[in-house]
Order: sequence, then C-alpha cells, then structure tokens
Amino acid sequence: MANRTIIELNNKIEQKTITPSQILQECSQEIDRAEDELNAFVTVLPKESLEAAKKSGKRAELGKRLSKLDGIPVGIKDVFCTKGIRTTASSKMLDDFIPIYDATVVKKITDAGAVMIGKNNCDAWAHGASTENSDYGVTKNPWDLSRVPGGSSGGSAAAVAAGECLFSIGSDTGGSIRQPAGFCGVVGLKPTYGRVSRYGLIAMGSSLDCVGPIAMTTEDVALILEVIAGHDEKDATSLNLPVPKYSDKLTKSIKGKKIGWVNEFYETGLNDEIIKALEAVREVYASLGADFIEIKLPHAKYSIPVYYLIQPAEVSSNLGRYDGIKYGHSAAKSENLIDHYFRSRDEGLGAEAKRRIMLGTFVLSAGYYDAYYKKAMQVRTLIKQDFEKAFESVDIILAPVAPTTAFKIGEKVDNPLQMYLADVFTAMVNLSGNPALSLPCAFDKQKLPIGMQLIGKHFEEETVLNFGHQYEKATEKVVWRNNKTVI
Amino acid sequence: MIKYETVIGLEIHAQLKTESKMFCSCDNYSVDAKPNENTCPICLGMPGTLPVPNKKAIEWVYLLGLALNGKIAEKFNFERKNYFYPDLPKAYQITSSTKPPVIGGRVEIETEGVIQNIRINHIHLEEDAGKLIHPKLGEYSLVDLNRAGTPLLEIVTEPDMRAPREARIFMQDLRSILRYLSISDANMEQGNLRCDANISLRPVGQKELGTKVEIKNINSFKMIERAIEYEVERQMELLGENKKVVQETRGWDESKGKTLGQRSKEEANDYRYFPEPDIPPLEPYSGKEIDFDEIKAWLPELQKEKSQRFINEYNLSTQDAEILTSDLELSRYFEQTLEELPDITKNDEIKKQKAKKVSNWIISEVLAKLNLAGISISDCKVNHKDLAELLDKADHGEISGKIAKEIFAEMFETGKNSEQIIKAKGLSQISDTGAVKVMITEVIKENQGPVSDFKAGKEKAFGYLIGQVMAKSRGQANPQVVNEILKDLLDKE
Repeated sequence: MANRTIIELNNKIEQKTITPSQILQECSQEIDRAEDELNAFVTVLPKESLEAAKKSGKRAELGKRLSKLDGIPVGIKDVFCTKGIRTTASSKMLDDFIPIYDATVVKKITDAGAVMIGKNNCDAWAHGASTENSDYGVTKNPWDLSRVPGGSSGGSAAAVAAGECLFSIGSDTGGSIRQPAGFCGVVGLKPTYGRVSRYGLIAMGSSLDCVGPIAMTTEDVALILEVIAGHDEKDATSLNLPVPKYSDKLTKSIKGKKIGWVNEFYETGLNDEIIKALEAVREVYASLGADFIEIKLPHAKYSIPVYYLIQPAEVSSNLGRYDGIKYGHSAAKSENLIDHYFRSRDEGLGAEAKRRIMLGTFVLSAGYYDAYYKKAMQVRTLIKQDFEKAFESVDIILAPVAPTTAFKIGEKVDNPLQMYLADVFTAMVNLSGNPALSLPCAFDKQKLPIGMQLIGKHFEEETVLNFGHQYEKATEKVVWRNNKTVI
Repeated sequence: MIKYETVIGLEIHAQLKTESKMFCSCDNYSVDAKPNENTCPICLGMPGTLPVPNKKAIEWVYLLGLALNGKIAEKFNFERKNYFYPDLPKAYQITSSTKPPVIGGRVEIETEGVIQNIRINHIHLEEDAGKLIHPKLGEYSLVDLNRAGTPLLEIVTEPDMRAPREARIFMQDLRSILRYLSISDANMEQGNLRCDANISLRPVGQKELGTKVEIKNINSFKMIERAIEYEVERQMELLGENKKVVQETRGWDESKGKTLGQRSKEEANDYRYFPEPDIPPLEPYSGKEIDFDEIKAWLPELQKEKSQRFINEYNLSTQDAEILTSDLELSRYFEQTLEELPDITKNDEIKKQKAKKVSNWIISEVLAKLNLAGISISDCKVNHKDLAELLDKADHGEISGKIAKEIFAEMFETGKNSEQIIKAKGLSQISDTGAVKVMITEVIKENQGPVSDFKAGKEKAFGYLIGQVMAKSRGQANPQVVNEILKDLLDKE
C-alpha cells in the first residue's frame, strides 16, 4: 500500500475496481509484516476495522459513500480519545484508560467513513521529537531502522510512509506533525490554531496544540482537512469560519506570488545538504514564476526558549489531573492522600513528563512568574508580530523543517536540550499560530528524506496547500520520488 | 490606652442558578440528584475535554455589575488556579480574579439610620469544586462531583465595614439584590451563599491597615456577627497584651463559639495562576457576544426602590413596606392581589385604602401561616386571585371578617377557593334584613331583662343583645345590619 494515495484509492472504490475490505486487507498485511520491527502502533484494531470496512463496502455498492475518505484506512495518534478504545497517550499512566467519548476529529473522520485501523505510537504525552519517549517502545524510521521517525507523531508518520495506513491524524505542539513527516518523507500539515477542534485531544500545551493530518501527498492532506476543519461548540478556541473546499484550490497558478526567504535560518548550524535542498526548492518555485523576497523574523531566534517556558507551564497544569484517583494508574499502596498522589504520579509518569512538570511549576511560581512565564508571553507576542509584518510583503514563507535529517536511535536521549533544538524551525509557528505544511523535497546521501516547510497566513491553509501541490507537480518526475522504504 | 478601630472586608461566594453548569451542559440543579449523577466527561476533568463558558452566567455577572454600579471591564479573562484536591477533578479551578469581568461598584447599607456605601473591589466568575463525604465508619472518603463546575460569583468588597453588624447587614442586602435579580437562591443555610471575612484592627486615626486574619466559610447570618465579634475581641486582647496578630486563616467553630487557626501565611499555597488557554479572552464591548441593552432591560426594581415606592404609592408604613419587599415573590403577591381587587383604579384614595387592607391581611394572616408552616410564598396554596376574591367578599359584607379568616385557614390548608368553601359550609353572611329581623325579634322576646336595662340607659346591654343575635346566626349575620335593625326595633319597643 506504500506510495498509494487516497485520491487514487477513492477513484478505484468509485469505479468498483477495489473494495474497502481489500484495501484494509492490504494495509493489515503491511502491519502484520512490518509492525514487529516498526512499532508504529500502540493498539491495532483488526476486528473493529474489518467491520468498518465491510460497512463502507456496502455503502460503496449502494452508491452511498459518505465522503472521499469512506473506506480509507486511517491511524489515529494515541493522544486522541476514542470511544470504547484504549487511549494511552503512550504513557503507562493511561495504560488501561478507555474513554467514553470520541475526540471531535475522530468523530468527524469516522463519520466520513474512514476505517480506523489502530492507534499510533508517539512520545508519551506528545513530549519529544523522536518517539523514544514512548512507554510502548520506540518507533523506527521506515527509511533506516536504526533511526528515529521523529516525533512526537512518529508512529503516524512511519505508518503512513510504510503503507500501514493511508493517512493518520496527529497533533503538533512544537513541530510534532511536521518534523516526523519530514523525517519519514511524507506530508504533514499543522493547521492554524483554532482551525481544527482540539476536543478530545489529550492536552499538552493548550495554547499551542494543533490537530492535523499526515498523508502521502498535499492533495490527500487537502481532502482530509476539508473533513476535519471547522468550528466545534465543544472547543471555545475553534473559530467559526467557513471551511473552503481546499482540494479545489490546489491547481491555481503561483505565478507572481511572493515567497519569503529568511537568510538567518541558513546561517546557524544547519546541515549543508538541507541548505542545498532548500536552495533547490527555491529554484523550482522561481521556475514556476514566484518571486523570492528576503524577510526578517528578528525574534524567531528566541522561539525555543520561549516555547520551553510556555509549553511546560501549560503541561504542568494539564498533567495535574492524572492523580490516580478517578482513572489511570493508581499506586497499589499508599500511606495517605498526599502519598497516594506522589506514588501514583511517580510510577505513572516518565522522566520527560516530570522534567516538564518541574520546569512549568517553577516558571509559574509566585516570584518567578513575571520573569519567566510573563516575559515569555511578551516575546511570543513579538514573534507573532514578526510574522504579521512579514506577511505584509509575502504570501508564504519557505523554511526548513528541522536542522537535521532523522538521527540515530539513542543519539539524543541523554541530552534533552539537543532534543529540544529539533523544534527550532517549527516551534516558532506554534507560538505565532500560523498554518504550516511539511513535505519532502530531497533525500540526503544517507538516503534519508529532507523536508521543507511552507508557512502561511492565519487561516490561509488554502495558499499553503496550493504552494505544496504546485511543488509536487513540478517535481513529479525527480528521481528520489521512486525511492523505497527499507521495510 | 490605645483605641482601636475594626476593619472588615468580605469575600462572598454565590452560586448562580443557571440551568447548566459553568463549562458544560450538565444540569446545575443537584438538590435531588444522586451522587455524581449530574456529571459528564467535562466536569469530571477527563483527558482531552475542554471547558466552554456558559453565556448566561457571564451575562448575569454583568447584570449584577450594573445593579451594583460597577464598571464592566474592557477585557475579561479566565485563568487557572492550580492545586491538588480530590474534589477538584482537573487539579485546577477556572477562575477570573486577575482580569475580572466587573471592577468596582457599591452597596448602600443602613445601620441605625446611618447610610453608608460599602465599595466593591471587583466581581469575578469561577467554578465550584465537588464535595467530599467522610463516612463515620470506614477508612475512606467519598467524592461527589455534582457540584463540580457550578458557576460561582465571587464578590470582593473593599475593607469598608467597621462593625460586625455592618457585615451582617451588607450580606442581607446583597442577598436581597441577588434574589431580586433572580440569579442566585442566595441561601446561606443551603450553602449557595457563603463568605470569608478579613478582619484587622488599627489604632483610631491610623491610615495603614493592621494585620488581617481571614475567617473562612461563614455560612449563616448568625455566624457572621458572632464569628467577627469573637475575632475582634481576640485581636483586641492580643494587642492589649502588646502581642502581635499573626496573618492567618481561621475557621469558626460553632460548638466552641470561637475561631481556630487553620493555616498561616507561610503555609499558604502557591496557586500558580496563569491565563486559561482553553477559553479566549472576552471583550464584552466588541459587540458580538454580549448585548448590554438586553442585559439592562433585565435590571429589575431592587428592594430598596420597591420599598420606597410602596411607601409613596400605597401609603404603607416603612415597616410594612420592608416586610412586603423582604421577599421578591411576596412583594409580587401583594401587588398582584391588590390589582385583582375591583375599583382599584378609580382613584388614589381607594387604592391606598385597599392597599392598607391587603397589606394587613398578608402580614397578619398569610405570613403568619407561612411562618408557622415553615414555607415560602411560592409554596403557598392560595394564589393571589383567590386571596383577592376572599378580601373582596369581606369588603362587601358577603362574609364577616372573622369568617373570612376561617375561610382563609381552610384555603391555606386545602388550596380550595373561597367560593367553594362558602358553598360547602353555608358560611355566607346574612345581610337579608327580613331574616335578620326575625332573629332580632326572637332575641328581644327572650331577653326582656337586658332590653329594660338598655331602655334604662345601660349602653352595655346593647352589646349583649348584639352578641345574642350573632350567636343565633352562628356568626353569619352582617353585624352592621344587625346593629341598625336592633336599634330600630328597640326604639319601637
């Protein structure tokens, strides 16, 4: 199923040359074959998916398909609540947690007929950039099994790249959709904050969390976004704006459009091959008639420190509810209430969650709040304003996704700061709230995918997807597009 | 010896009686509910759930703000107050004290004829926590989260009160305002109105405030005065002995009749407040979400205005006007009963006369019965129409005042109207002069002694004879008619 797209399979279902059950069977075979090695899922749902595929097949026979996603196998990152299906956030704390409700995005996807094939592995609580921080084992990169798939939505990106499912729903707080998409050579979109409902997404950094798709192509991503975007009365931060038909706007010419280029991005420690890849992208766009304009994002360099103040602050508050009393891991023995809190949380939460809780608790404490959290919020405003100003003169900004390609498993686990720097080009966009697309633009000498990032104006996913699709069309025939994963 | 001045500020919590909870659609009324019946993933704080603010609760805060002449803040932002407790499912309470919806305002109180403004610092909106139940036997506690997520108003006053009595009067006036606005049941005994009091002493003339002590969870009007009085005396004694008052939180122990230390400033929690990222800030004047014209239209006449109007319009005594307006429903009952009476619109004099009668009736009969039964006017079986009908019958001599009271007693018990009771019991007053004449003639025949006494100039004998006629009619004869005919017949004797 690798390298096939939703568009292609949708057409085949319509033409009755393939059935949803056949598609599911092929994906399931991939899972059976690869999953022991890959570990892209925490939970696989053979029974449920079989049933859903059968129902979808009936609808196809009757000509009553619910959407273009009807009958398409989907993985859901295990941070989204799924009614009646275990939802762990890849943490032991929620090992036996079975929600009684669906996340809005899960409901929208399944209501559209997509077949949920399993719950994708990720870093516990979405804390990480490599999935090494999952309590259910690391997910491996399908292009090189000794390397990480990125994170935190590493299971989602790896599963799509390996053909275990056609798309996956991920979450992106500091780069968690875009960076693994980049590492695994697939397409991932972080929509504008407020474009897709967060209801039912186990919160990490509530003011930063975005829900978005990971798929093989920009076209597929556009289709999925049409289904999942829109106001949700259960999420007060979701905006009540009309949802455009993204898939219709992909073919617009970008001639005369202006692309922002940030020189500073290429000056500090960025891998040479990535610089070259981005310069090549620049040439492709130039050949399509777009103009490059040099822009400055003067405060972008503060995005990592700012992000690592705001995000842990919100994490420390969001993880407070996991106290072992109402659900989740509860210590077997305790002396009293406080001791029970201590033990349940000590046993259930891993080192990275504890690190972020401590950081966040510290920066919110009386006497430190102004110096850290408040200051970070002020700089966040400056970063936002940088983007607003830049978008006065450009339609879109081109940027790298990550400073490196996929790194070795174990390479950064003992150095949290190094791991945090993986977010250097992505976290700034979460701070500003803009939409951003990550898509493959080259392979390095080690045959690892290199990603590029297209950042758009608030709520202009349309433009971002248009630019992504135009690039894909223009590079349809390049050699690396024929590269195959090793699994 | 140094003279000290008492300084009191209050923090009041009032539960709003909205239909649904503050951040979810759960039923907000849990009096008859089983534990944890009115809960959902949102108010249980389950993973991934999000709070969506209740618009009505926000509108009601603004309504109270307008009623208390407060300023509506340009920007209102919820925030998180983080702490661990089993009754707090998210491990944070959503509150809004840093950027509250209403800033400033005042309540005018009157103590012994002196009118004084108690300033409001701000009013904010938050969610209540659940309840813990500690069974006497057994080494466990139970959590009931029905109350978790109930909308709560917090009204914070300036330290403007100088005596425990002022604090009580302020609370009573505030209760009346909350009830008149129909936004809270404001019942202290049931816990939907409670307050914390900050108390400090300072030498008379000193500007800076002394060290304050906070008394938590005052939940009855009696307790407000007693607890503050005790605390003032305790502090006075300390200062008298040249000791320092320690800044701390104390609780009132009803059985011991004293306040007891709970936690000092050093032990205070660090709540790590920060803006609630799940709820966008509200700019009420941006025009889209909040319609202030509509909210202003909801502003009712409050108790003080109504009481003054009753005095002016109906010529009622201050005391009666205050009694009738002490309860919004009672004041409505009074005016509705009055409006049902015929001739009421003819002229002001008639209106005032009738108002006096209705007022007397409600205060001496209706309220007496309600108090005896321990119920409020909204549970009274006699509606205003039936009461008006009864009063009208008495007014027109169809029944005597005494019978009217008996009939009312039965109406109060059974909910039947006066017509039904009069018919069933044959209680209609005898105003038929023929029937009365026959009875009087009989009485004269049977009481020749008193008749002679009367003729000899003993006025008392007349009263006796009237009594005899009334007894013969079993109280149903119209006393006025009896009076006239008896006089007439005695003159002819």
